[in-house]
Amino acid sequence: MNLHEYQTKRRFGQYGIPVANGIVARTADEAYAAAVQIGGVVVVKAQVLVGGRGKAGGVKVAKSPEEAREAASRILGMDIKGHTVHQVLIDPGANIAKEIYLGITNDRAAAKPVMMASSEGGVEIEQVAKDNPDAIRREWISPSLGLRDYQARNIAEGINLPREHWGALTKIAKALYRCYIDSDAVLAEINPLVITGENTLFALDGKMVLDDNALYRQQELASQRDTSGDPLVEVQAREAGLTYVKLNGQIGCMVNGAGLAMTTMDMIKLYGGGDIGPANFLDIGGGAQADRVAAALRIILSDTDVKAVLFNIFGGITRGDEVAKGILQALEEVPTTIPMVIRLAGTNSEEGRAIIDGASIPNIRSASTLTEGAQKAIAAARGE
Amino acid sequence: MAILLSSASRVLVQGITGREGKFHSLKMIEYGTQVVGGVTPGKGGEWVHGKPVFDTVKACVDATAANTSMILVPAPFAADAIYEAIDAGIELIVCLTEGIPISDMMGVAEYLKRSNSRLIGPNCPGLLTAGQAKVGFMPNYISIPGNVGVVSKSGTLTYETVAAMSAAGFGQTTCVGIGGDPVIGTSFVDVLALFEDDPQTEKVVLMGEIGGRAEIDAAEFIKSHMTKPVVAFIAGRSAPEGTRMGHAGAIVEGGQGTAQEKIDALRAAGARIADNPEHIPQLLG
Repeated sequence: MNLHEYQTKRRFGQYGIPVANGIVARTADEAYAAAVQIGGVVVVKAQVLVGGRGKAGGVKVAKSPEEAREAASRILGMDIKGHTVHQVLIDPGANIAKEIYLGITNDRAAAKPVMMASSEGGVEIEQVAKDNPDAIRREWISPSLGLRDYQARNIAEGINLPREHWGALTKIAKALYRCYIDSDAVLAEINPLVITGENTLFALDGKMVLDDNALYRQQELASQRDTSGDPLVEVQAREAGLTYVKLNGQIGCMVNGAGLAMTTMDMIKLYGGGDIGPANFLDIGGGAQADRVAAALRIILSDTDVKAVLFNIFGGITRGDEVAKGILQALEEVPTTIPMVIRLAGTNSEEGRAIIDGASIPNIRSASTLTEGAQKAIAAARGE
Repeated sequence: MAILLSSASRVLVQGITGREGKFHSLKMIEYGTQVVGGVTPGKGGEWVHGKPVFDTVKACVDATAANTSMILVPAPFAADAIYEAIDAGIELIVCLTEGIPISDMMGVAEYLKRSNSRLIGPNCPGLLTAGQAKVGFMPNYISIPGNVGVVSKSGTLTYETVAAMSAAGFGQTTCVGIGGDPVIGTSFVDVLALFEDDPQTEKVVLMGEIGGRAEIDAAEFIKSHMTKPVVAFIAGRSAPEGTRMGHAGAIVEGGQGTAQEKIDALRAAGARIADNPEHIPQLLG
């Protein structure tokens, strides 16, 4: 789950990281009032859960409340990479002498948090890693020890930060680590962290991504989730306990297990001859009771590009007869003439096939292997 | 011989009184596994499938001499269950639980390094040594004894492949599901090293997926250390970048962790690459 900049900076502020006390505005008039309250030069920043807003024109400097209103009216409603801007953050203008990068993420190979810093702030760290890998200084952190002072000094020295700022950087680095741990974040970054004209350190922009698996114990943060940028079907799927990702092809896929779901997509692409592909990733998980199958089918069929549906269920915990009943019940609730190919294997699959055959539904074909299932679904999508 | 698990393993189940715990421990007993007891805090003194239930792992180990544990407890309690098993001296801990926070697992990984325990998983189907014992979800009938070692990140994809291998007459030594989470106890390389040293295993099947670089590490290990032939399949060639595909670890980030880069690395290391898991038996021949 991603947090907005204003949510992240509010959180950073609670940990003692120096941030601006900006004001969130949802209308141009609110932006005007915020600029009046802050006084002087302000920056109007689009709040969207996607990168690249600066290039898209989503950040503007305003020298007066009138300019802030004007900028906000242009930015609100703007589309940035498919995300509509619903709110802007009005921050006081900053006097920037230098920009650096400071962030923490999980290094999965080392199974430890890693703090990264770079003297090149304001640029995406992935870009720095590609163009100038030597500019990045990394410190791996022991989960039981936490970030130590000497590691923060290593970072300060490693990015050639003037000595007078080492104390301030150590404070900020330790606060960022604490915030990352307490929030169950998988990424917490300050980009840029600026040295101001007044020679202080200051977090100009912030980004946090939270671990979805830990949201059960982060209810305050979880309640801040903004789903307005997510496709409606993905929100519906999340509510039904399904993992669904929309893709651009024509064959809807309903599969149990993430690895097999990806493999089923791959088989459609492999035999699809370049013009036919998977319409979605969908893992119905273990068990697969009738109501979940019905919810999944409804979501798949809500995609108007879908020309055929492939069910690929390999029973382990999931039983074939239960899935078959689920499919029939789902078809009663969600009647459709779209051709369907059903491939059941594993636990109780023969009973499952007998149930499907017994219902003799004209738009259902069965398949015995994954390859056959993919090929039949492709033929069906082509109207063959 | 096979690896990690045999008919001599003495298995306890943490979470044996739960619905899933009860169901799967019965399947394990039916397969021939020596399930010697279970643990559920607060339910010590009960019996499940004729096996004694204890309040703590230590009490269970003291009474039953268990050396292997299967963990099937809800995610919020899973890290604690792993620590308890480590401290009780369990040699092989198999954690099936899905959805454990990554920060919990980073703490576990560090503690594990200083112990003598091995962890398989979490978020995995467990493992099965054909004809001897199983710990986890793998369906009992899909495997037949043979000389191929199987290691995989995924559950149902493993069943699919193992069933296809058995149908074509290629039996297995041990099938290991290492799990699809970003932080796991046992890597592809760890399992490949065990298969390389196992006299019974003559060939190895590896099934990976997009995300991370575990398959790249596996390719480097195959190139430098493996004498036994490896057949590999990588899931997720059709996955778009930046989107998590179900497994928490299955995401391509910044062009890293793509299926193609893993396939290229494995092929360059001498592995045979299947573009369809149902073709794996042909490549084993």
